[in-house]
Amino acid sequence: MGVFAMPSLGADMESGKLVEWMIKPGDTVKRGDVVAVVETQKGAIEIECFEEGTVESLDAELEATLPVGAPLATILAPGEAAAAKPAPKAETPAAAPPAPEPKHEPKAAPEPVAEAPPAPAPVPAPTPPAAAPPAPAARPGEAPAASPAARVLATERGVDLATLAGSGPGGAILLADVEAVGAPPAAAAPRAATAKPGLDLEAMRTAIASAMARAKREIPHYYLSLTIDLQPAANWLAETNAARDPHSRILMGALFVKAAARAAANVPEINGQFGADGFMASRSVHAGLAVALRGGGLIAPAIHDAETLSLDDTMAAMRDLVARTRTGRLRSSEMSDGTITISSMGDTGADTIAAVIYPPQVAIVGFGAPAERPWVVGDAVLPRTTVTVTLSADHRVSDGRSGAKFLAEIDKLLQCPEDL
Amino acid sequence: MTDAEIRQAFLEELTKVAPDIDADDVGADDHLQDELEIDSMDFLNLVSALHTRLGVNIPESDYPKIATLNLAAAYLAARLEG
Repeated sequence: MGVFAMPSLGADMESGKLVEWMIKPGDTVKRGDVVAVVETQKGAIEIECFEEGTVESLDAELEATLPVGAPLATILAPGEAAAAKPAPKAETPAAAPPAPEPKHEPKAAPEPVAEAPPAPAPVPAPTPPAAAPPAPAARPGEAPAASPAARVLATERGVDLATLAGSGPGGAILLADVEAVGAPPAAAAPRAATAKPGLDLEAMRTAIASAMARAKREIPHYYLSLTIDLQPAANWLAETNAARDPHSRILMGALFVKAAARAAANVPEINGQFGADGFMASRSVHAGLAVALRGGGLIAPAIHDAETLSLDDTMAAMRDLVARTRTGRLRSSEMSDGTITISSMGDTGADTIAAVIYPPQVAIVGFGAPAERPWVVGDAVLPRTTVTVTLSADHRVSDGRSGAKFLAEIDKLLQCPEDL
Repeated sequence: MTDAEIRQAFLEELTKVAPDIDADDVGADDHLQDELEIDSMDFLNLVSALHTRLGVNIPESDYPKIATLNLAAAYLAARLEG
């Protein structure tokens, strides 16, 4: 029997708020399934399951803020018998037989979610069987079936669920159905303006501060820079993109990610995570992509197996990740699997980035803004597009020699962009 | 398309690409990348969206010509006529 716990989605996360279940008792789950949605300082994150089996019980209440490690659900391994649990219920909570209905006012607006029903009858709550019961589903007859997230939004926006037609299974009202009703007329956003649900920029700043302070306290950083002739890559890219429609064009940033990922695959001591047992090198390169949010803040979700992706696939993965980072949902594995981070200045800005390592990783590589600079070619000094690449690495794990090898490898790869 | 329609289309696609930008806050001469913090990924998404919506395929070499709302309105009008 496995206890599925609140995962750590990065060194800067201490707790998360459970906002939606995607599973119910009796469901079978497998590794990688999205089982819940948790709100963190970085917005809503889809939590993936680490194991395979059958959901025995949901052990946490919706809307509860829980520390990392708190039990969320119990999952039985395949073939494992259900634990000795007195209550033979919890098969399909949503379809539970309608309890004797307390008086109900048909037109009453739904009460805030997850609160005890208004019925005056004493609730037999004191001794729940082992685990907390699943979050209350729609009380039959009183309010229509709706997903928890839909309820929350409906409450926030003052939307009466009874007036909506649900598009979910059995006519259940989903988040999108409530969203379709539109934003409240003049609802002042309680938090800094952002397009990302659940994102709290102030809390994110605090979280970044704590992670970066830890990095500077615990990780003996060293820094190496190399300026690289980017002209071959710039020429190749201009030529390639000239023949393409906008939707299939590639950004220089994709070349940087690809080159850095392939280089990292050849230098094991900068690719991995530093945990309680010391450094564990990673066979694959899960390249964290530092994505800046307008308005401030930064999230660095990972592209899995970045060293194996074609340039077009790298670009597609970056588009997807940037879009979800800014306006949608990231997945828990993207938040926690990174083995090295890549930070890129973009088209304009500073020449170099000497970045702070994101624990538990042991390296971060910064690409400054490409610029035309004088460059010696043979006996002549010519104007060339160049970029300065800076590696920040962890001296507990690697030395300058391996760091230099990594930068040289990036240089070599960027000289033959067609082979990336 | 009239100038007003082009501007509206441009602003609609811009705010779809960057939902945290309010169309009312976009000055006609604001530089998308320097002042509105549109990065290269947003910019490419905007160019893609304009291609889909208006049928105008903007080559990379013309990116500076749509760097502000005013510039883009003039550029797109010319491309739509031609």
